[in-house]
Amino acid sequence: MTNLTESDTNQSTVAVIDYGMGNLHSVAKALEHVADEYTKVIVTSDPAVIDAADRVLLPGVGAIRDCIGEMHNTGLVPSIRKAMKEKPFLAICVGIQSLMSHSEENGGVDCLNHFAGNALFFGDNHRDHDGSKLKVPHMGWNQVKHTLNHPLWAGIPDNARFYFVHSFYVVPENKAEVAGTCDYGLEFCVALARDNVFAVQFHPEKSHKDGLQLYKNFIHWNGKP
Amino acid sequence: MGLAKRIIPCLDVDNGRVVKGVQFLDIRDAGDPVEVAKRYDEQGADEITFLDITASSDDRETTVHMVEAIASQVFIPLTVGGGIRTCEDIRRMLNAGADKVGINTAAVFNPEFVREAAQRFGSQCIVVAIDAKKVSAEGEPDKWEIFTHGGRKPTGLDAVEWAKKMVAYGAGEILLTSMDRDGTKNGFDLGVTRAISEAVHVPVIASGGVGNLDHLVDGVIEGKADAVLAASIFHFGEHSIAEAKQRMTDAGIEMRL
Repeated sequence: MTNLTESDTNQSTVAVIDYGMGNLHSVAKALEHVADEYTKVIVTSDPAVIDAADRVLLPGVGAIRDCIGEMHNTGLVPSIRKAMKEKPFLAICVGIQSLMSHSEENGGVDCLNHFAGNALFFGDNHRDHDGSKLKVPHMGWNQVKHTLNHPLWAGIPDNARFYFVHSFYVVPENKAEVAGTCDYGLEFCVALARDNVFAVQFHPEKSHKDGLQLYKNFIHWNGKP
Repeated sequence: MGLAKRIIPCLDVDNGRVVKGVQFLDIRDAGDPVEVAKRYDEQGADEITFLDITASSDDRETTVHMVEAIASQVFIPLTVGGGIRTCEDIRRMLNAGADKVGINTAAVFNPEFVREAAQRFGSQCIVVAIDAKKVSAEGEPDKWEIFTHGGRKPTGLDAVEWAKKMVAYGAGEILLTSMDRDGTKNGFDLGVTRAISEAVHVPVIASGGVGNLDHLVDGVIEGKADAVLAASIFHFGEHSIAEAKQRMTDAGIEMRL
């Protein structure tokens, strides 16, 4: 097709994947808040809509076994894999864990294996560097250090605080793909990047202006690192 | 560098308006919940708690719409409490845009509800609210008991044991209110705050009694709270969230500024 219509050139869609794991209201509202008039946000469980979207966001909430199970049950895994091959793709929270090879949550769950590595539990006796006991889940605002230059960090200060709620953290094998880290008793990966795929452990939609900036960057991202 | 302690302004909402806490007899109007939430968001609040204290359940629909309006404009975590008794109540609030729900009395009467809710929606969104009162006499070892009905009805449940049980059942966070202190402006009950915070592995939010900014500092340093909740000191312009954060930072507490 050489003859692109006006809507093809101007309109852009962001598909927020709904695989039945609860509330996507916050994610959709935050995207809409930063979207310009040419960007349409669609919450969908339809593979055709995901395949046709310009950008795809994979949210995640709850336990990993249910997340991965529902992705398979809803038949969305092929569309998720396809999107990760060809267009700007952002995974958040349990979404980042679902892209790893394996998670030790729920007695061990095989995940989508886009990034080699595992999701590990902080543990019931997680301690700070000085030996004091740390609460698990890691809940609240923590600083994110940029370990890669990336278009999704544009306009976001290094060490800005983002909102986290999680008890498992990802340990990728390829350290060169770590885009951001955070310190909670240990320094761990909170952002992963490879080609057109970016994944974060925190919740941009709950992280005030810096979180909104990340979503804005995603909406304008061409998928190049 | 590390995790920041949180300041959570609480909106007690009655019939669609923010009011001064339940314990006050002269309920003063503090404005429209959506406007108040936006103001706190701009001031740097780390989360917002919306407590529906409407006596009748007829107005639950109003609450749902308000939560929707707040969640569409305020991009920080939002907890909704008051009248959460069933999984259906939780589902409605989460769909309206709440990130967490507070379960209080329903947990006391039916602890299994907390387990069911955590399994269905995940512990991350289940906050168990505990109303505690000191029951030990002077000279006795400290003991706190769970009370219901705004602090009027004792339950015989030990507050620290109850908190541990609720966490074992799946609570992802504890919102602890001292009924002795609520509305007094004399500061948190630091004893029960510390006892519970040290007994459980999930975050504890201290509530009840904040009258000045030093009380917030004490809640974290002496009470070992992970977050501090206050209502009236912020509602009527006595202090801003930013001022509170500055005072806490000056006291050596890590905050999101």
